[in-house]
Amino acid sequence: MQRGKGMKFVGDSRIKQGPTASRIPKDYSEYPGRTEAFWPNFLLKEWLAGAVFLIGFLILTLAQPSPLGGLADPTNASFIPLPDWYFLFLYELLKYEFASGNYIILGMLGLPGIAFGALFLAPFLDNGPGRRPQQRPIAVGMMLLALVSVIWLTYSSAAPVDWEGRAEMDPPVPPSDVQVEIDTEHPGYAVYETSCLACHGAELEGTAAPTLVGIDYSAEEIADISVNGIGTMPPDQFTGSDEELEQLVDFILSVNESVEE
Amino acid sequence: MLQKIYDWIDERIDLQPIWRDIADHEVPEHVNPAHHFSAFVYCFGGLTFFVVVIQILSGMFLTMYYVPDIENAWRSVYYLQTEVAHAQIVRGMHHWGASVVIVMLLLHTLRVFFQGAYKKPRELNWMVGVLLFFVMLGLGFTGYLLPWDNKAFFATQVGLEMAQQVPFIGEQLKILLAGDASIVGAQTLTRFFAIHVFFLPAALFALLAVHFILIRRQGISGPL
Repeated sequence: MQRGKGMKFVGDSRIKQGPTASRIPKDYSEYPGRTEAFWPNFLLKEWLAGAVFLIGFLILTLAQPSPLGGLADPTNASFIPLPDWYFLFLYELLKYEFASGNYIILGMLGLPGIAFGALFLAPFLDNGPGRRPQQRPIAVGMMLLALVSVIWLTYSSAAPVDWEGRAEMDPPVPPSDVQVEIDTEHPGYAVYETSCLACHGAELEGTAAPTLVGIDYSAEEIADISVNGIGTMPPDQFTGSDEELEQLVDFILSVNESVEE
Repeated sequence: MLQKIYDWIDERIDLQPIWRDIADHEVPEHVNPAHHFSAFVYCFGGLTFFVVVIQILSGMFLTMYYVPDIENAWRSVYYLQTEVAHAQIVRGMHHWGASVVIVMLLLHTLRVFFQGAYKKPRELNWMVGVLLFFVMLGLGFTGYLLPWDNKAFFATQVGLEMAQQVPFIGEQLKILLAGDASIVGAQTLTRFFAIHVFFLPAALFALLAVHFILIRRQGISGPL
């Protein structure tokens, strides 16, 4: 029976090819089982599956707003670069001794080149007639090995990363076009200069540490952070008297207030 | 009325064969999850395409606001995130779609691989598919820079440094991508934007067309 477009349906291992059988592939309709027209029967079901998928996808989108870090600052020397998650395995590979330093070409091009080259040429490397996994143990074994390696590399690259800390260090604060006025006469400025300026910058703009302009903390919180640290900021950055602490907090708040005006 | 329009067009370009080629083919039992639940593995290719369509549509809307320039790129994304109605959802779809499409692509690749569906006569389509995978990774790499935030900037800097270490053509490759031998800046952003929005999508559409035409010509592989 020849129906429809006479679609070729090749490689069905349930159908034995007789010695005299022609090389012309059989039509769908000659196969056992319940075939179904693509239009409209199957497409309606596919549509439904797609809708369920879309709902799940939109829930993900709504639950996890896409992240945005702070405006790129090429002078920021303390930022630890990290690629998007699907490149992490390539990135992690370069940390191995045999794939870095003098062997960087091996780690960067050699190993990934072999892996992706083999993937590209898989039909010619695995050219036996059998399609079932147990009929081609080498190809399947190599793929499983590659898969386990990629998962392991991705995991060992991502596991030690403090994702929340990274996001906290790099908040999406719009760069203020407001000129920050620093009152060097302020009694707190001297304290700031000795305790904070090295990391937070001469104009509180932030260098190694985040900016202190536009922060949303109360006086008590600022005093607490100065003494006890926060996030990656170590404690005891400020080690003066209580009076100096008060002056420091007052200074930081006054700069913030002057910006808000 | 519709029938008249159809007849008018059909008379001139003979729509029937085109229509039959797209819609009038049968779906065999072994790929139909309605008959065998395990056949859901055949959905991954279609879902990949579905997410690609989401990416194209959401990306088209994002370019309505996005400005590929180092002064304004970050600000335009920030504006998009905070001011524009529903733009957070549109950007969210583009952002998460970029990850989901890689996952779906991987699952589709694994399904085809473990079923040995790339064997004769489908070698060509497998290679087209692997090229599509590379194009998709390229889209991910170039798209990651566009918000121009710190993580994008420094990740791209590392990526370009690696490109530079490619033997013989490394320097040229880096200049081609970054626009300069040492600076990652305004040129880099516009080039990545052009690659992300014009060059790679063009390659993607061409390869997708070949991928689908080949599927229609060869049919889906038989059951194991």
